[in-house]
Amino acid sequence: MSGGEGAPVDGSAPGPAIGSAAPPPAIRIQNLSKLFNDFVAIDDVTIDIGAGEFFVIVGPSGCGKTTLLRILAGLEQPSIGSFTVNTANAAGRPENSMVFQGDSLFPWMTVWDNAAYGLRMRRARASHIKEVVGHYLDRTGLTKFAKSYPHQLSGGMRQRVSIARAFANDPEILLMDEPFSALDAQNKLLLQEELLRIWEEHKKTVVFITHSVDEAVILGDRIMIMTAQPGRVKTMVKVPFGRPRNVMELQRQADYGSLIHSIWMELRDEVEKARSQSETMGK
Amino acid sequence: MAQVTAAGRAKPWALSRNSREGVISALSPIVLLILWEVLARAGVIDTRFFPAPSEILRTLFAMTQTGELQHHIGASLTRLSVGFVVGGVPALVIGVMMGLNSTLRAIVDPLIAATYPIPKSSILPLALLVLGLGEASKIFMVAIGVFYPIAMNAMTGVREISKVYLDVGHNFKASRWDVFRTIALPGAMPTIMTGVKLGVGMGLVLIAIAEMVGAKSGLGFLIWNAWETFAVSQMYVGLFVIALIGFALTVILNQVEKLLVPWKN
Repeated sequence: MSGGEGAPVDGSAPGPAIGSAAPPPAIRIQNLSKLFNDFVAIDDVTIDIGAGEFFVIVGPSGCGKTTLLRILAGLEQPSIGSFTVNTANAAGRPENSMVFQGDSLFPWMTVWDNAAYGLRMRRARASHIKEVVGHYLDRTGLTKFAKSYPHQLSGGMRQRVSIARAFANDPEILLMDEPFSALDAQNKLLLQEELLRIWEEHKKTVVFITHSVDEAVILGDRIMIMTAQPGRVKTMVKVPFGRPRNVMELQRQADYGSLIHSIWMELRDEVEKARSQSETMGK
Repeated sequence: MAQVTAAGRAKPWALSRNSREGVISALSPIVLLILWEVLARAGVIDTRFFPAPSEILRTLFAMTQTGELQHHIGASLTRLSVGFVVGGVPALVIGVMMGLNSTLRAIVDPLIAATYPIPKSSILPLALLVLGLGEASKIFMVAIGVFYPIAMNAMTGVREISKVYLDVGHNFKASRWDVFRTIALPGAMPTIMTGVKLGVGMGLVLIAIAEMVGAKSGLGFLIWNAWETFAVSQMYVGLFVIALIGFALTVILNQVEKLLVPWKN
C-alpha cells in the first residue's frame, strides 16, 4: 500500500505471499465453484484475503459476485471447494455480518432495534448493547432517529442503519453487497466517506461488491475483477493510495484517473461478453 | 402571503372535508331513527313488526333493570372470548409455522382447503352431537369460525414476507424461535390483523346462531326466545345489542392494530 508499485494492474498474484512469517489470511477461498443445476455461477476461485484488508470485487452483472458473497455469509453452500475464515481472535464474536443490497431493514423495528439486532440475537448484555449501538448510531449520525421506523427515513439513512447494524455486531469480517447502488451520486459519496471513517476505527477485513469502478478504487486496498459467466478471477489490482483517504483529494490525483481507466479496460471486455451472453439466452 | 392569511380567515367556522363527512355519517342513522319513530307513531308502519325506537328503548331499560340483558350479554361475550382464544391461538401458531415450513404446509394445506368451504353453521348439529348442549359446543363454534381466517391469513402473511428478511435473520444467527418471534410474527402481523377482524366477525355470527339452538342464555337465545314468545321489541333489543357489540369490537380491533403495527403508515 506504499506509493505506486509499478503498473497498477498486475495479472499475476492472487493474494499476498504466504510465507512462514506472513500472518494467516483472514479469509482463504480454495478452488471454490458454485453450480445451479447446469449453470456455472462461480468457477474455481482461489483467493487469500489478508487480515484488515478492504477487498473489493467488481464484475459485470450476473458474474456470480453476489453468489460468492452469499457463500461467505453462509446463505449458500459451495458446490465444490471450500473457504475458511480465520476466527482465532474471534473470542465469541461472530464470523461475519452482511450489509445487504437494497432495503433489508426490518420495517417493523425502530432504527435502534434494527441496529441492535445482531447483538440481541447472540444475547449480549443490555449495557453492552446500549453502548455499542449508541456508538454506531452516533457515528452514522442517526442518534436523533433511533426511535423512527425505516419508512420514515430516506434511502441513504436506511443504508446507514444497515451499516451500523453490521458494524455493531462486531464480526471478524464484514460482507457488503453493493450497499450504495440504489443511492444518488451525492448520497453515495457521503456514505463512502462515512464508511471509510467508521472502518478506520478498527480496520476489519471487508469484502465489498460493487459494479462501480470509482467506488472500488475509492474504498479498496485490492480489487478483484471477475469474468462474465462463469465467474472466475480475471485480474487482481492493488490500489496504491494510502490511508486514511479523502475521497475528494483522491479523485484529484493524476494516477487516480489512469487506475480507473486501466480497470475499466479490463472490465469492459467482460461487460460486453456478459451482454452478448444475455442476448443469446434470448432475453 | 397576504392572500393566504385572507383565505385562512375567510371561513373560520368551516370544517375540513374529513370532519364534515364525519358529522354527516353520525347524523344519517339518527335521521333514520327519527323517521322510523314518526312513521310508527303515525301508524304508517305496522308496530307489531316494527315497534317504535322509543318502545324498543323502553324495553331495553326494563331489561337492564332486571339484569336480564346483562346476563345475556355476559354469556355471549364469555363464549366469544373463550372461543376466540381457543380457536385463535392455535390458528396463529399453525398458520405462521405453515408459512415458514413447506413440509407442514404440504400436510395441513389440503386439510384446510377441503374443510374451508363447508359453511361453519352447518357443523352446529355435529358440534351439538359430539359436545352436547353445554358451553363446549358454543365455544367450539366460535373457535372454528375464528380459526380459518386467522390461520390462512397468518400463513399468507408469513409467505409474503420478503426473503431478504429471512436472510438477515440467518446471517445474524437468529434461532428458529427468534425467526418466529422477530421476523415471521411481526412481518405477518398486518395480514394477521385482517384475519383477526374477519374471524371475530365470523365468531359473532356463529355465536348468535349457536345460541338460538339449545341454549338458555346469550343474545342468540334472547332473539330466538323473543320470536317464540312474540316479544318483538325484545328481539330488536337483542339485534341492537349485537350490532353494538360488533361495532365496538371493530373499534377496539382497529386500536389494537395501531398498537401492534405501528410501522404501517
